[in-house]
Amino acid sequence: MNSYRKDFPIFEGNNVCYFDNAATSQRPKEVFEAMEKFNNECNANPLRGLYDWSVRATEAYENARHTVATFIGAKRDCEIVFTRNTTESLNLVAYSYGLSKIHEGDEIVISIMEHHSNQLPWRMVAEKTGAKIVWLECTKEGKITEEEYKSKITDRTKIVAITQVSNVLGITNPVRAIADYAHSKGAVVVVDGAQSTPHMPVNVQDMGADFFAFSGHKLMAPMGIGALYGRIELLDEMPPFLTGGEMIESVSRDSVTYAPVPEKFEAGTVNAMGAVGLEAAIKYIQSIGFDEITETEKRLTERLISKLHELPEVTIYGPTDPDDHCGIVAFNIDGCHPHDVASVLDSEHICIRAGHHCAQPLLQYLGVSSTARASLYFYNTEEEVDRFAEAVSHVRGWMGY
Amino acid sequence: MELKQLYREIVNEHNLHPSHKKEIAEPTMVLNGVNPSCGDDITLELVIKGDVIEDAAFVGSGCAISQASADMMCDLIIGQSKEKALELADSFMGMIKGTADREQIEELDESAALADISHMPARVKCAVLGWRTMSEMVQEINKDGTVREHNESRCGACSSNGAAVCKPACKGSECCNK
Repeated sequence: MNSYRKDFPIFEGNNVCYFDNAATSQRPKEVFEAMEKFNNECNANPLRGLYDWSVRATEAYENARHTVATFIGAKRDCEIVFTRNTTESLNLVAYSYGLSKIHEGDEIVISIMEHHSNQLPWRMVAEKTGAKIVWLECTKEGKITEEEYKSKITDRTKIVAITQVSNVLGITNPVRAIADYAHSKGAVVVVDGAQSTPHMPVNVQDMGADFFAFSGHKLMAPMGIGALYGRIELLDEMPPFLTGGEMIESVSRDSVTYAPVPEKFEAGTVNAMGAVGLEAAIKYIQSIGFDEITETEKRLTERLISKLHELPEVTIYGPTDPDDHCGIVAFNIDGCHPHDVASVLDSEHICIRAGHHCAQPLLQYLGVSSTARASLYFYNTEEEVDRFAEAVSHVRGWMGY
Repeated sequence: MELKQLYREIVNEHNLHPSHKKEIAEPTMVLNGVNPSCGDDITLELVIKGDVIEDAAFVGSGCAISQASADMMCDLIIGQSKEKALELADSFMGMIKGTADREQIEELDESAALADISHMPARVKCAVLGWRTMSEMVQEINKDGTVREHNESRCGACSSNGAAVCKPACKGSECCNK
């Protein structure tokens, strides 16, 4: 039995097999305890207060920022902007940096495997500015070749939008190599870290990210807290995304001076308790260590893929090597629609995702309208993998074949 | 009904061996209905003479529930008046929402087996796709038999102004409704 499962209240007293971790993860009690402590000991509006609770709330919030900065290798704490999630982080970059820096005739390179959240904001920018979208294609296994990115990223490229890990194929992209090339052409690199951050050590400086976005809820923090990393030189020059409270230096009838980064980008009362939960989730991850997390996930993924390979009716999408899947296995069962697959597996208390995974251009390229997707985390077990594979082997029978 | 039992007893048969999944030689109305989020895609063809739906069939692809529900719907509406077909559609929607009475549910015959879909919010749109499409078609016809005009985009395939209903030749495949 997996020794971490006892940390997760949701797994107690049931046999639910939760294989939808790429959508959202479960939360250990440490996260709730940290949030409860904030709530019970120092809940107040941070950043403004002149009394003890507010000062402590501000400290808690800023400590969380420091923990996030350290966790993803940012140079300075102020390079971390708290947001609701990856989508909001990427929209912030698109609306603020994109709309102010991109002009007609510029090109925005987007990989075909981007989640809609690192795709639609850029298409909005292109539409509003007259810039051109250029698609970075991958092989059927998800590989973006050197030849491909060197042919698409040019002197006209101003933005390269790339996910570190695909939420459908599970493949890890060569972000560092792409970023180096993009920088040599003067482009800025926006990395979607939603699927990578929960599963592998991330260092935004080493990977060459100019912007990097991730969500808390996929790494065991509560929903509604996420972060954007931006290089300070870029953030400093950007106009605000949202305006209003907490983000100004001074306001008169005739002029506004904005607060410095990161407050400039955190209009309104912030989600301090969520940030505290995110910090606790990061500390929980650090207490286990990515070596252990990665090793468990690889072992489980290898087992899952090898068991699915035994079933001739199953097609698996993505890389051939299970180690390259980051725990994500998109698949289809011959003759069965993924929604039916998910429904019948649900009746076996197995939770998987089915659909287009917010990556429709990728699925169109793969030639499928939707797939089923099992996605693992370190708290899953070999017993669950076996139960899942056994259930999948019965699906065609349940569907009348 | 337990989900696997629902599939076993009703859905699988209509999904794998549908009676009405075919093209009609000369339909009087054709409409494409889609659930964009899950890829369910049917093209419903009707032969309406006067006030009566003389024939109904569909082609397309999608999950078993969407396909089986459309097949069972065709069973129910063939030979019915437009008014009755809409009444049945109301009963079906009511059943899914949990507001239909026993009499309405009994009228739905085999389709009544899908009542439990009301407990599966994610599958509701699969079950109602055929019914929704049929309702749109039947209601788009004006009293004088002409297709109601819309201000929405023009259908690229048949050049009709109807956003919801294409001329038969269009087969709905390129319809602006898609």
